[in-house]
Amino acid sequence: MSIALSVPQPARRRYRLRRRLGDVGSVVLAIVLLIWSLLPVYQMLLIALDPEEGEIEFSGNIWPSELSLDGFREVVMQEARYLEDFWQQFGNSVFIGLLTMVLTVLIASLASFAVSRMRLSKGSLLTNAALLTYAIPASFLIVPYYGIMHGYGLSNSLWAVIAAQVAFAIPFAILMLQLYATLIPFELDDAARVDGASPVQLYLRIYLPLMTPALAVVAVYALLLAWNDYLYQAVLLSPRNTTLAVTQGLLFTDADAPWNAMMASAIIYVLPPIALLFALRRYVVAGLTMADDNG
Amino acid sequence: MSSTQQVLAAGPPVSAKAPWRPPWHRRLHGSDFTWAIAFVVPYAAVFLAFVVYPFGHALWMASKPSLYVDLFADPGYLRTVVNTVLFVGIAVNLKMFLALLLSGFFLRRRWWIKALLAVYVLPWALAATQACISFHWMLIGEQGLVNRLLDEWLGIEGPLWFNDRWLGLGADIVVYIWKWMPFWTVIFLAARMKIPRDIYDSAQIDGAIGARRFVHVTFPLLANLYLLCTLLSTLWTVGDFTTVFLVSVGGPGGATDVLATLGFHYAFDAAQPALGVAAVISALPVLIPLVILLMRRLHTSEVRL
Repeated sequence: MSIALSVPQPARRRYRLRRRLGDVGSVVLAIVLLIWSLLPVYQMLLIALDPEEGEIEFSGNIWPSELSLDGFREVVMQEARYLEDFWQQFGNSVFIGLLTMVLTVLIASLASFAVSRMRLSKGSLLTNAALLTYAIPASFLIVPYYGIMHGYGLSNSLWAVIAAQVAFAIPFAILMLQLYATLIPFELDDAARVDGASPVQLYLRIYLPLMTPALAVVAVYALLLAWNDYLYQAVLLSPRNTTLAVTQGLLFTDADAPWNAMMASAIIYVLPPIALLFALRRYVVAGLTMADDNG
Repeated sequence: MSSTQQVLAAGPPVSAKAPWRPPWHRRLHGSDFTWAIAFVVPYAAVFLAFVVYPFGHALWMASKPSLYVDLFADPGYLRTVVNTVLFVGIAVNLKMFLALLLSGFFLRRRWWIKALLAVYVLPWALAATQACISFHWMLIGEQGLVNRLLDEWLGIEGPLWFNDRWLGLGADIVVYIWKWMPFWTVIFLAARMKIPRDIYDSAQIDGAIGARRFVHVTFPLLANLYLLCTLLSTLWTVGDFTTVFLVSVGGPGGATDVLATLGFHYAFDAAQPALGVAAVISALPVLIPLVILLMRRLHTSEVRL
């Protein structure tokens, strides 16, 4: 005699109906989410794969009539108008993104290690001060930054952008690292100390390896922060040595720009963070779910 | 075998005779203290040079009272404040609520829902500038993709999105939600996966299923995280520049500007940097209490992101 049989018949039917409705609802929701997520990507591909330069956005085609990779070829060969310096600008974007990522991970992990693992007295002051950064959003400080970078001798320098991004990425990084560090038992540090490990060895051999998931989250976050930025790159860099995001942002209202090539360059530009996220996905999932296995 | 390996092999000690003490006691001595300071110095330097000093500089630039007289005399400023409140208020709350609901959807154990999640987080990894440009193209004029689809599928004539203040602001809000909802959905999803199954099992015995389970079990467990995320997101959204600048371009005629873009226009288009700083500094009386609330919530409760 199974338990299911003892459930009254209408209740069972109601349950089954509910389940079926739930499934139909899930499918509908999934389709809506799929269109919602991919529509702008479709728009980008539609323009980028158009053979005529910048025609499709004015003719209003929904389905591409014919596809061509001309836009991509022109971008890669640097033949498209406004994109003569494509590789240099792309290189600048990569430089800013990578250094923001590396410096954020390094500086935040060192500070977080000193506060959470070495128990620096008054260490919580540092965490609070870091959070205080968010009292003033990054975009609100662009005017003083513009003047201050001159004072630091960093006008028109990529380092000015990197410094700004790092300063605003670290508070979240420290928050994330502090939360994750509570998973690592202090006994490990203790035992290593007994073995005579120095603080540097502790940081390198115990802290960094065990914190990998949280560090992966921080790295992706920092890269995306730099990759999403438009304002700082537009204001702090000179037009002659700028980044791809600025070129695309400045020209997007220009109807004469070769829009298939511009969109092709945009598609190339958006790929690196997606690749990084994909490569680190296992660690990012572990970091976000606070799972303490290192895989 | 070194003691480190022993601990690694044995796992956390079950019981110890002496009360456990941290490897460094409350006070650090000698070289350890030096090392700890050395580890903190890089961040302290970044914080002082690139947060405290620019912030102080901004306060100094915006210290003249006459600036605020000019500001309040400008009808564009008041309109911008209303826009900012609407943009932040609607975008953050709608995004957070939808993210919370969707995190429940992605909890379902079906292979195709897991696959969908990978597509769904794509907007988060897609660079903001390019995504905003794409949305701008989708919405311009009668030939934009959205209006063409409306015409093709539903046979209705779409409006000129950027010729109207409310439609423009609405478009900005939708784009902002599109870009940032996946990130918070993943945060909530991670938190929900941490909720032990037995809580749900016992709730089911008490008759809490479906919507009732969400209201009485899931939401109370996530309430603190939800509040923290909403606070953090509010602070970040107030500073959002890219969406309004690139989607509605502040148009028509600055009617959809928010504080971040207005400050930019004052400073770089109208060549009045002090006024631009004053415009954004005027948001501080609202932002500072939010940060203090955030810090206190983080302190008083054990929170897991």
